[in-house]
Amino acid sequence: MSTDAAELVPFMLRRPGAPFPPPEYEEFRTKPGLVKAALPSGETVWLVTRHEEVRAVLTDPRISSNPTHEGFPRPSRTVGAPSADEVPGWFVSLDPPDHNRFRKALIPEFTVRRIRSLRPAVEEIVDRAIDQMLARGDTAELVEDFSLTVPSLVISSLLGVPKVDRDFFEEKTKVLVTLTSTDEERDKASEHLLRYINRLITIKSKRPGDDLISRLLQGGLLTPQELSGVSMLLLIAGHETTANNISLGVVTLLQQKQWIGDERMIEELLRYHSVADLVALRVAIEDVEIGGQLVRAGEGIVPLVAGANHDPEMFERPHEFDPSRSATGHVAFGYGVHQCLGQNLVRLEMDVAYRGLFRRIPTLEVAVPLEELRFKYDGVLFGLHALPVRW
Amino acid sequence: MARISVDTGKCIGSAQCVLAAPDVFDQDDDGFVTVLDSTPSGEAEATARTASGICPAQAITVHD
Ligand code: HEM
Repeated sequence: MSTDAAELVPFMLRRPGAPFPPPEYEEFRTKPGLVKAALPSGETVWLVTRHEEVRAVLTDPRISSNPTHEGFPRPSRTVGAPSADEVPGWFVSLDPPDHNRFRKALIPEFTVRRIRSLRPAVEEIVDRAIDQMLARGDTAELVEDFSLTVPSLVISSLLGVPKVDRDFFEEKTKVLVTLTSTDEERDKASEHLLRYINRLITIKSKRPGDDLISRLLQGGLLTPQELSGVSMLLLIAGHETTANNISLGVVTLLQQKQWIGDERMIEELLRYHSVADLVALRVAIEDVEIGGQLVRAGEGIVPLVAGANHDPEMFERPHEFDPSRSATGHVAFGYGVHQCLGQNLVRLEMDVAYRGLFRRIPTLEVAVPLEELRFKYDGVLFGLHALPVRW
Repeated sequence: MARISVDTGKCIGSAQCVLAAPDVFDQDDDGFVTVLDSTPSGEAEATARTASGICPAQAITVHD
């Protein structure tokens, strides 16, 4: 195997003018072994594009999520995951067994039953966002006015942020996830949020309420400091991801209206758009063979979930949006012990959002030609910068 | 008919099984998998196999 720079593909490949993964993935899948790519820093990583091998990487105990290991992919300053040393409670960066305690503490908050009980609260949030859009006239910018607002309000309600503080909370989280924010703006917003969350934890420890933070404090499995990191993780992991999915879904559903109202569309939208293509970063901590490729200890690995979800071995006609297929088995939420904790909340939010939008605004349409939509080709998460709509 | 066993020590509470096979699997209050029907047949057996295939923690075994 050669690491000649000329043979290296860049880490972040452009998606073409449709919500598909970069066309290069198709070619990569046909090659034996894995593909070596260069990060902007010049470091190299292995790209994984086949469904079977993405699952293998995400379940192999010799492959780590811990960014403190030598060779962990660091695509850029804002992309590189913090470690749990830097932010106690940032458990997506911990391997088992350290990861187990956090997951165990959190899963009672995300059971199917618990999430179902949140439906009325999510409906109220969605309804209010639509009320505000309608009150402002007959056009909106859906990303800002709806898609980012809903998940932020849902998470703040989950955490137990009082209603009077939710505007502050929403404003700061938007700065954090907007690609055009400067590093300085982002640092400031993050500092404000962290300070706010710490204050909230102090308040809840004295006067517990019916919310996640209060219950976790009482459960005693996590320290208040860890709980603060956990809260930030929930906020960041669940905001732009969900927002991008909601916006892209609106565009896709408006093009194929026959699927509006069909429950099967949710799983297929998740598979089809695979917004978190570049999220699950890993490093080998022992030599390991993946798909016939020897990966040495200390080499970075990027399992591409959009690659896996458009693997024709797993999903026939992968570039077709077809909710009548079974999209079960997609890895839009990852796989293995880190598989998305918030996934059932996402399903609920998407369901309530689309029901609300298409029922209350039946004439909703995209206000610009589709070719003019600005996709986030350059972000770690795929999505839309803006989505002008009218009714 | 098949027999189902689960390893709750591996379970990470993603609830994929509850969504795929609600007649066979449930979650306890702690979020871990519980088996409602350990010898499913017909349609339930098919959904249990799907659940076993998609479980991110590979915690479900279907014994023939
Ligand atoms: C469409 C929306 C979402 C997508 C596509 C998504 C995707 C993902 C992916 C791919 C992972 C695995 C990361 C890895 O293996 O390194 C993950 C983990 C995680 N997600 Fe999500 N996510 C979404 C929404 C949410 C929401 C709404 C929340 C919380 C409220 C959330 C909380 C988390 C947490 C806490 C983890 C880490 C779990 C662990 O390490 O055990 N996510 N997500």
